[in-house]
Amino acid sequence: MSSVVRTCATGVWLILVLATSLSWVLGTDHGLSNDGHRMASVAILVVALFKVRLVGLYFMDLRNAPAVLRALLEGYCVAVCTVMISLFLLA
Amino acid sequence: MQQTQVPASTARRERHIPGEAGLWFLLFGDMTLFAVLFCVYLNQRGKQLEVFTHSQGTLNRDFGALNTLLLLSSSLLVVLATRAVRGAARRSAPRLLVGAIAFGLGFVAVKVVEYHDKIITGMTPDVNMFYMYYFVLTGLHLAHLVLGLVVLVVLFTLSRKAELSEGQFMFFEGGACFWHMVDLLWIVIFPLLYLVR
Repeated sequence: MSSVVRTCATGVWLILVLATSLSWVLGTDHGLSNDGHRMASVAILVVALFKVRLVGLYFMDLRNAPAVLRALLEGYCVAVCTVMISLFLLA
Repeated sequence: MQQTQVPASTARRERHIPGEAGLWFLLFGDMTLFAVLFCVYLNQRGKQLEVFTHSQGTLNRDFGALNTLLLLSSSLLVVLATRAVRGAARRSAPRLLVGAIAFGLGFVAVKVVEYHDKIITGMTPDVNMFYMYYFVLTGLHLAHLVLGLVVLVVLFTLSRKAELSEGQFMFFEGGACFWHMVDLLWIVIFPLLYLVR
């Protein structure tokens, strides 16, 4: 059992948990100005799409998939991140 | 059907599509549909900024964060179960999947409590556009999650077999990827609805 748990996926899970904690802290009220909240929100969206990429590459195992499939994931992350941040900042 | 033991050496294969190739049309199609909904939400938020900001403040961020941790942990156990089935530690796979299902059920329990809290205080989809998007996005995600739990039960049944055919193993990988997609969607829904303002 311990050999099963000792994989790079466990390390990735730890990074994902830490990234979630970071987003949670950034998204909690802590006396930031309006501009401060906007910048924190942009950071939260970047972290979210970074996490999506990690899940795709290491949990779905797309890092070992054909280049087209991996490119679809990378393209999805970049496109969704760019459009969401643009729409957020335009509000 | 010919039964073939999947050797441990396949753990490090060359370029490999996890699951059936056709499944990825479904997965990326679903992810694109949700991406469109995320953008529609942000566009609507821009039109009613005060309503969205005020309504978002009524959500419980701790519930959202807890559900993120539950799904991340569930996903990890599914990754480990897939590797166990593929390799020499097959007997640990059913236990890992039971853990994954338990975390998934934990998500459902938290969501039920959250919905209950909202509905008894009158925060229903017809109150304003924020709550409408909140219930649509989280409801669609919850429907995917329940389907994913059914898939995990099937994977649990498969994991108890002594050997898996190539087709069964492919189904196992595909089912695992569906569960990871459920996790992946929540990774965006949580910050979008609960944190971004």
